Amino acid sequence: MNSLFRSQKWSYSFRTIVFIYFIGLIIIPIIGIYTQSFSSGITSFIDNLSDPLAWKAVLLTLKLAAIATLINTAIGTMIGWVLVRYEFPGKRMINSVIDLPFALPTAVAGFIILLLVGPSSLFYEWFGIDVVFHEPAIVLAMVFVTFPFVIRGLQPLLEELDKSEEEAAYTLGSSKSRTFFRIILPTMLPGILSGAMLAFSRAIAEFGAVVLISGNIPGKTLVASVYIFGEIESNNPQGAAAVSVLLLTISFLILWFIHKLNRGGQA
Amino acid sequence: MHIEVKDLNKEFGSFHAVQDVSFEIEKGKLIGFLGPSGGGKTSILRMLAGLETPTSGDIYFHGKRVNDLPPQERGIGFVFQNYALFKHMTVFDNIAFGLKVKKQNKAFIKERVQYLVELTGLKGFEHRYPHQLSGGQRQRVAFARALAPEPQLLLLDEPFAAIDAKIRTELRTWLKDMIGELGITSIFVTHDQEEAIEVADEIMIISKGKLEQKGTPWEIYKHPQTPFVASFIGESSLIERIQCFKGFEDVATSSGIKALIRPEYVEVGKSGEIVLASATMDAAVKHLHFRGSEWMIELEIEGQRLITYRSLEKEVLHPGEQVKVLIHRAYLFNEEKSWIMENPLKVDPLPIYI
Amino acid sequence: MMMRRLWITLTYIVVSLLLLLPLYKIFTGAWADGLSGFMDALLRAQSLHALKMTALIVIIVTVINTLFGVMLSIYLVRATWLSPLVKRLSNSIVDLPFAVSPVIGGLMIVLLLGPNTVLGTMLGNVGVSIVYALPGMVLATLFVTFPIMVREVMPVLQEIGDQQEQAASTLGAYSWYTFWKVTWPNIRFAVMYGVVLTVARSLGEFGAVLVVSGNIINKTQTATTLVYQDVENFNVVAANGIALVLAAFSIMLLLLMEWTKKRKEVH
Repeated sequence: MNSLFRSQKWSYSFRTIVFIYFIGLIIIPIIGIYTQSFSSGITSFIDNLSDPLAWKAVLLTLKLAAIATLINTAIGTMIGWVLVRYEFPGKRMINSVIDLPFALPTAVAGFIILLLVGPSSLFYEWFGIDVVFHEPAIVLAMVFVTFPFVIRGLQPLLEELDKSEEEAAYTLGSSKSRTFFRIILPTMLPGILSGAMLAFSRAIAEFGAVVLISGNIPGKTLVASVYIFGEIESNNPQGAAAVSVLLLTISFLILWFIHKLNRGGQA
Repeated sequence: MHIEVKDLNKEFGSFHAVQDVSFEIEKGKLIGFLGPSGGGKTSILRMLAGLETPTSGDIYFHGKRVNDLPPQERGIGFVFQNYALFKHMTVFDNIAFGLKVKKQNKAFIKERVQYLVELTGLKGFEHRYPHQLSGGQRQRVAFARALAPEPQLLLLDEPFAAIDAKIRTELRTWLKDMIGELGITSIFVTHDQEEAIEVADEIMIISKGKLEQKGTPWEIYKHPQTPFVASFIGESSLIERIQCFKGFEDVATSSGIKALIRPEYVEVGKSGEIVLASATMDAAVKHLHFRGSEWMIELEIEGQRLITYRSLEKEVLHPGEQVKVLIHRAYLFNEEKSWIMENPLKVDPLPIYI
Repeated sequence: MMMRRLWITLTYIVVSLLLLLPLYKIFTGAWADGLSGFMDALLRAQSLHALKMTALIVIIVTVINTLFGVMLSIYLVRATWLSPLVKRLSNSIVDLPFAVSPVIGGLMIVLLLGPNTVLGTMLGNVGVSIVYALPGMVLATLFVTFPIMVREVMPVLQEIGDQQEQAASTLGAYSWYTFWKVTWPNIRFAVMYGVVLTVARSLGEFGAVLVVSGNIINKTQTATTLVYQDVENFNVVAANGIALVLAAFSIMLLLLMEWTKKRKEVH
């Protein structure tokens, strides 16, 4: 399709509108936040970031997101494997319910976690462990919202893996574990990695599920996105922008890396 | 439709896909574009269709310049290499597509599609989807679909490439007959010389973006005008030092002349088997390959390899055996020119009564 | 065999604890005060208004992003008037909102169009308010959901290739006709899947909307921000009522996702 319309005028105006929308909606806001955070000079940018509450929030976010990602990588690899390789009753139901965290509003997710393990829950009565308003609750929220990524990254690769590749390895005298580590794992790895990185970037960005259950104690359970929200609420958009820029840059680097990984996988 | 192409060029970035191609095609002819893959044949075809814009040059249909005409208005039918059937439509809807675009009335569409379905032997398959058809059937649908709006020019891009070798021959004859019957000017692209020779009225040999030669299959076979054509058509052996061969000793060594020798230019036999014994030379049989209806023989003459065929009726040769060889003619060429040289020794040395 | 049984059991346990239990909790929690409690929570003026706002945002955002997403996908895959470099670059930029925390997405809009900005003041003078009003909330949600449609449609367009479209053009069809008769039937399930995902995401959007809307009761409050406010006010049963409605929608969307995904694969 060279052009969507017979008339050149129509076709040009459509192109222009679509690209203005694209640039106005995506590119300008991102450029805006970068220029905004440096608008009062580089020193104020550094000042904003050297606030201990700010960098502690960022470090805490990175730490908890890393833990959540590790957990999800392990669980996700297992479930992805089970869903592709094994036949068992209820498989289809499980496969469809995997996407629940994508469909469920994150605020609702946070709220449910609060109900399940919060101060008035059965869990608290039975075990007496304070989860909510502590780090484990944040990790739990992150695990929940990023749950599908690794599984969905892994499944197509495992499905594509030709059974005969494995069989070829067996006929060449390769043992079961050797075949797994030399043939199957390398096929799975790009999917696991890109899934894990998507999960990580989503986890550091997560707000809705976290804000209700983290308690938001500055320096202890205040994560970056909630810190940014707080700064906006207390009318310090400059401080919010500085932390945002730091967080954004990390996310963009991850995204760029995933792009590279995917392109490498295809070649 | 009468077609004329003048100084056609196509560049993709720095790649010069088509270079200064000019030709004329008479109405009703079936033309084959033949050449190695990536040689620019498909680009020329797509420019004729209007799917690609020439970098420079002109295309005339019936004497009218059509460069600025979009494909929709060129009155062509195009059969794609992979058929590009609309996979969500039935055979009927595929064939009817071009007629519906033209807003023909329903009864007419039905009648025309029915006619084409019968013509292409697809009766009973009208309500199937492309994925329920065999390769040959899909090809026929693509053909019928292209013909439905009664185009004046039919363009076919590698029409047989995706079909099993066995059905391919059958389809070739079918297509040739069909086009002959409809009398529509047609051009098809192929990299298979056998296919081009068998189907086309005229062949255009295209290599590295250039038109090497245009002519009937027989002309091209008999009088190749460039070394490329000589080597591409038939299974020639390239001979670097033709001077070692009996009868060709006088060819100048200085001007970088090389030779191409076709299998049928070569006669091979045990000593005494060839009548013109005085024109023969010694050779060793290197390998024998059974080719179903004949033997293919690889010969070695003074370190140079030569291929020929030998009938199964004749006495079987063996690898390592010394045999006699007669070279009837050779295609000679150097940087500047090319020509065919008959073996001068073939002229019967014994004058017979006139 | 032992391993296999172990993995399947583990999968069941993880899925039950992480996905099914929360679902169960939300469906039972809403009835803690009986049907009347649930109905009271739902029929509050602010609940009805919030649900209306959410519905409005979902509809506007889905329509706009479907239109522009499909158009942009076509341009990025097919356009001959775009250089490959521009295509590649745009293709990467499309993904950026995925990497941006929703809170930051909201912050960007506040920074660009807020009441203290040049643009915001200009618009304010002609009586248009963006931030703390519906347009800003729509804008924020558009930003967050923009990549979804493009990511669904582009791969399908790439996979079907342009041969069928070229065939249509040689048969005399112009682009508009070709789009509806040839391209659309091939991409419609991808578009539907994109629509379902966009609806799910805009229904559940919280962070960006919270920042942009100011969460003003009966004015800019949406269903998710209402859940947040109810929880902050320790009105758990009320929160649960709204959360249940949202969760019910999510599950419906999840089923739709399954259905369209299957249709998408058939073709």
